[in-house]
Amino acid sequence: MNKLASIVKEGLITKNPTFFQLLGMCPTLAVTTTVFNSVGMGLATTAVLCCSNVMISLLRKLIPGEVRIASYIVIISGFVTAVDLLMKAYFVELSKTLGLFIPLIVVNCIILARAEAFASKNKVIPSLVDGLSMGLGFTMALSILGAIRESLGSGTLLSGTPFMIQIPGLHDYPVLFMVSSAGAFVTLGCLVALVQFIAAKVAESKAGKDEEPLRARSEEVEKID
Amino acid sequence: MIKDLALIMFTAVLLENFIFYRFYGCCPFLGVSEKPDTALGMGFAVMFVMTLASAVTYGVYYLLLVPFHLEYLQTIAFILIIASLVQFIEMFMKKFIPALYSALGIYLPLITTNCAVMGACLLNIQSGYGFIESVVFGFSAALGFTMAIVIFAGVRARMAFCEPPKAFRGMPLVLVAAGLLALAFSGFSGISF
Repeated sequence: MNKLASIVKEGLITKNPTFFQLLGMCPTLAVTTTVFNSVGMGLATTAVLCCSNVMISLLRKLIPGEVRIASYIVIISGFVTAVDLLMKAYFVELSKTLGLFIPLIVVNCIILARAEAFASKNKVIPSLVDGLSMGLGFTMALSILGAIRESLGSGTLLSGTPFMIQIPGLHDYPVLFMVSSAGAFVTLGCLVALVQFIAAKVAESKAGKDEEPLRARSEEVEKID
Repeated sequence: MIKDLALIMFTAVLLENFIFYRFYGCCPFLGVSEKPDTALGMGFAVMFVMTLASAVTYGVYYLLLVPFHLEYLQTIAFILIIASLVQFIEMFMKKFIPALYSALGIYLPLITTNCAVMGACLLNIQSGYGFIESVVFGFSAALGFTMAIVIFAGVRARMAFCEPPKAFRGMPLVLVAAGLLALAFSGFSGISF
């Protein structure tokens, strides 16, 4: 149970595929103009990631090492085709706006990276949890990016859903730079910088905590002596 | 005909540059742009694979998938074609052009997971291009990719000497620089035909 919890923590926060590993940059930069698109893209990727992780984990003893990458790609592309067809049938608008980025999930490095680094070495349940948490970590990162870009760039939030909010002021005079392609790179850069800053602070405070008990203990040792 | 082809080429290289407009191939763009010469090698390898892949996927789609009504298999078929093409080129280069093979090194197998190649093949089908148009599009999109990655490698080489705030060190600064370059490229979008 403890192991599964640490897998979830790694996927969502400490090894977040977008902020810490910088994997799957193409969809991250391209579809995050609105929150709705970001969540859609993230969940589609999560679905493929879970299915492919489970399948590869089940087949990990059958696939010979020499042809493993090719086999993974075939498995992944099968699931991507399924997701693509399902989205075309049930989420017509979303699949039109995401366009070619749905079939391009095949070449998303997150999925192949998790297959190679995790699913091919672990049992089915941990692989499923890993796929789910990495996918949701990716979705979370995309949504944060989408929320920033949508609120500043078009002055709305959650447009495309019934819960659309218009931000007064920004809606009439949106910062068009944020929805442009340059805005995508700059926003992501600033977000990654923020995450690095927070991570450094957290690491510092942790190191500080670890040092204090250590010093206390050494004092005790001296007393005993 | 020539005019159309020139238009496709101009659009793919400058107006709708694969990296700055469509965001295809961002992973190698951010990962393999540390030195101008490796960036150039990567660019040439992509150019080679993308032109060939455009031609082969066109043939497979219209001669194999369409007659048998198997269009829904295009994702699987295309990725297999690209993967085997990369493998084939790798073997061919190893045997006949060992100098280029060792220069490209690890970048060659990485092209399989470059979404620019897959993206170009899918775009060819989506836009309904003919055979020659597909090949020209594949080549010029790769040319745009190469241009972007080489320019960016130059920018990064200069960035090595600057001292950014601690939090911006590494990838964040690279992303912001890429954003500024994208801003420069967006200047081309004012041109219309």
